Amino acid sequence: MTDFLWLIIALPLAGAVLLHFLGRFVGEPLSGWLASLASTSAFVFALVAAWPFIQGGEHSTTVLLWEWMPAIGANLELLWDPLAALMVLVVTGVGSLIHFFAIGYMHGDDRFDRFFTSLNLFMASMLTLVLAGNYAMLFLGWELVGLSSYLLIGFWFTRPSAAAAAKKAFVVNRIGDFGFMIALMLVFASFGTLSYAGIFERADEVLGVGMATAIGLLMLVGAAGKSAQVPLYVWLPDAMEGPTPVSALIHAATMVTAGVYLIARSSAIFEIAPIASTTVATVGAITALWAATIALAQRDIKKVLAYSTISQLGYMFLAVGAGAYVAGVFHLMTHAFFKALLFLGAGSVIHAMSDEQDMHKMGGLLKKMPTTAITMGVGTLAIAGIPPLAGFWSKDEILGSVFARGGWFSALWIVGLVTALITAFYMARQWVLVFLGEPRWSQDTSPHEAPRVMTIPLIILAGLSVVGGLLNTPFALRLERFLEPSFEYVTLQNPPEGLAMFAVLAGLSVMASLVGGGFGYVSYNRPKQRWLDFEDGFEPLWGTWEQAYRVDDLYGAAIVAPGKKAAEVAAFGVDLAIIDGAVNGVGSAVRRLGELARSLQTGYVRNYGVLFLGGALVIVIWLVVGR
Amino acid sequence: MIVSAGYYMALAAALFVIGALGMLLRRNVLVMFMCIELMLNAVNLTLISAGRALNDLNGQVAVFFILVVAAAEVVVGLAIIVAIFRRRSTASIDELSELRG
Repeated sequence: MTDFLWLIIALPLAGAVLLHFLGRFVGEPLSGWLASLASTSAFVFALVAAWPFIQGGEHSTTVLLWEWMPAIGANLELLWDPLAALMVLVVTGVGSLIHFFAIGYMHGDDRFDRFFTSLNLFMASMLTLVLAGNYAMLFLGWELVGLSSYLLIGFWFTRPSAAAAAKKAFVVNRIGDFGFMIALMLVFASFGTLSYAGIFERADEVLGVGMATAIGLLMLVGAAGKSAQVPLYVWLPDAMEGPTPVSALIHAATMVTAGVYLIARSSAIFEIAPIASTTVATVGAITALWAATIALAQRDIKKVLAYSTISQLGYMFLAVGAGAYVAGVFHLMTHAFFKALLFLGAGSVIHAMSDEQDMHKMGGLLKKMPTTAITMGVGTLAIAGIPPLAGFWSKDEILGSVFARGGWFSALWIVGLVTALITAFYMARQWVLVFLGEPRWSQDTSPHEAPRVMTIPLIILAGLSVVGGLLNTPFALRLERFLEPSFEYVTLQNPPEGLAMFAVLAGLSVMASLVGGGFGYVSYNRPKQRWLDFEDGFEPLWGTWEQAYRVDDLYGAAIVAPGKKAAEVAAFGVDLAIIDGAVNGVGSAVRRLGELARSLQTGYVRNYGVLFLGGALVIVIWLVVGR
Repeated sequence: MIVSAGYYMALAAALFVIGALGMLLRRNVLVMFMCIELMLNAVNLTLISAGRALNDLNGQVAVFFILVVAAAEVVVGLAIIVAIFRRRSTASIDELSELRG
C-alpha cells in the first residue's frame, strides 16, 4: 500500500511546477481548480495508504526513494507511520478545503495563478516535512515551508507592510533554525546518522541525560521559531498581512504545528531529558497565557485569531512537554479544524466588508451572512471548549494529563485553566462584535454572503469541528490506539483514571469556558459606548494588551536597533574605512609611483637615445673594465 | 702599404660617434635615420676589420646579417617617415612627442 506514497508529495509539487510555468496561460479560475485537484488527490492517496492503520495491525514502513547521502543517513526516504499518516491527512484534508475556499477568495486578483503555485509548493513542502524518514529531509521540508510562508505572507508585496512582515517572519524563523541546526549536528555527533530508524531505537543507550537535554532544548529553539512560541512568536501576528486563506492554511492549521510535530516525532529523545520536556511545557504554558491576554484587546479580526493561534500552540507545547504526546497531536488536529474554520470565516467577513478588518466597524452581520455567522459560531464554541465540540475533548485531555503530572505541572495546569477562561472570553467578544449588535459599518459597504465555493468548505470544517473530538474521548481512546505505534519508545502521559476524576476536571474546564464565554457575551452584547467604557475600565492593562505588551518595541530597541547600528559600523566604519581603505591605498601608491615614472617618458626621441647610449656605454664599460 | 686594423677601428669609432651625435642633436627625421645607418655601418666596419685581423670569417657572416636586417629596417622606417610626412607636413622629430607620459 506504500508504493505510491511518493505521489503524495509529487502531486502538489507537480501542480506547483506546472502552474509556475503555465499558470499565466491557464488563468483564473482553472489554475485554482488544478491546484485543488492536486491537493485533493494527495488527500485521497493518503487516505488509501492510511487505511491499514485505521483498520489496525499494520506496521510502520520506511520507503527509500533515492540514496542521497547514505553515509550520514540522509536519504530521500519516507516514514509512513500513524503519526505521519495523521499529519498528512490533516495537512491535505484541511489544505484542500482551503484551496477551494481560496478560489472564491482570490477571485479577481491579478496574480491568481501565482497564488496557487505558492499554495501547492507549500503543500509539497509541508508533506515533505511530515513524511520525512530522517532529520535531513525533515529539515529540507522545514526550510521549504519557511520559504513558501515567506512567499505567501509577502504575496501582496507592493504593500510595504506585507513585504516587511514576510521579511520579519523569515528572519525570526532563521533564529529558530539556528538552534535546530545545532541540535541536528549534536544528533549526528552522537548517533553518526540522521535517520530516525538509527536514532530512536538506540536513544536511551547512546544519549546521556546532558546530551539529550542539550538536543531537546536546541530543538525547542527551532520549534519555538516555527510554532511561534515565546519569545519568537512576534512574526505570526504580522504574518496576517498575507491573504486570509494563507493565514488559515499556514499560520493556523498546518505549518505552525511543525514545531509540535518535531517534538512529538523526537519524543524518544525528550523522554530521556525531563528538564528539556519541562521547559517545553513551561514555554507552552507561558505562551498560552501571554498570547491569550493580547488576543483579548485586539481590534483587528485577524489579529485576534493570530494571537489565539499562538495561545493554542502553547497548549500543544504544554501537552507534548508534559509527555501527553497524543493529547498534543489530538489538539493539533482539532485546532486545525476549528482554527481553519475561524480564519476562513474571518476571510469571508473581510471579503464581504470590502477588506475591512476592524471589528469596531462591523456588527450585525448575522442577518447579512448567516452561513458564515453560524459556522464561525460553531468554531467559537469549539475553541472555547464547550462540550461536545472538538476543542473540549482535546483541551480537556491536555489539562487532565498536565494535572496528572502533579508538582510543577500543577502550576502549569492552573495557567492552562485560566487561559481557557480567557480564550472563551475573547472568542465570545469577537463573535458578538462581528455578528451581533447594531451595524457599525459605513453606508456604502453592502455585506453579502460568500459564494458557495467559499461556504461549502466552511460547512465541512464546521462539521469536523463538531465531531472531530469524538475521535479520542475518555470513553473511547481511538486516536490513542491509532497513534500508539509512533510513540513506542515513550510512556504516554494520560489524564487521571476514573470517571469521577474526569467529571471534576472536565467540569472545571467547562465552567471556565462558560464563565469566560458568558462574561464575554454579556459584556459585548450591548451598545458600543457601554463596551467601550467596559474596556476603558481595565486601563492601563487594556492598552498594554492592545499594544501586545509592546514586545515589538522592546525587540526593536534591544535587538533591531543595535543590529542596525552594528551593520552601520561594519558598513561605514570597517568596510569603507579599513577594507576599502586598504584597497584604495594600494591603488594610490601604484598611482604615485607611476607619476614618478612618467616623467621619464618625455616623448622626445633624443632623450630615449641618450638613455640608450648611456646604457650601452655602461654595459661596454662593465664588459671591458669590470671583469 | 698595409693599413693596420687599429686605423679601421679608429675610423669606425669616429663614424659611430658622428652618427650618435647626429642622432642626438639633429631634428630632421630623415637625417636622424641616416645617422642610424652611419652607426650601423660603423659597427659593420669594426666587425669586418676585426674578422680580417683575427682571420675569422664570423665577422663577415655577422655583417651580412646586419645588412639584411638593416635593409628591412630601412624599408619600414622610411615608410613610417613618409606616412608621418604626409600627415603632418613636417619632418621635425620634436613635433612628434604625443607619447609623452
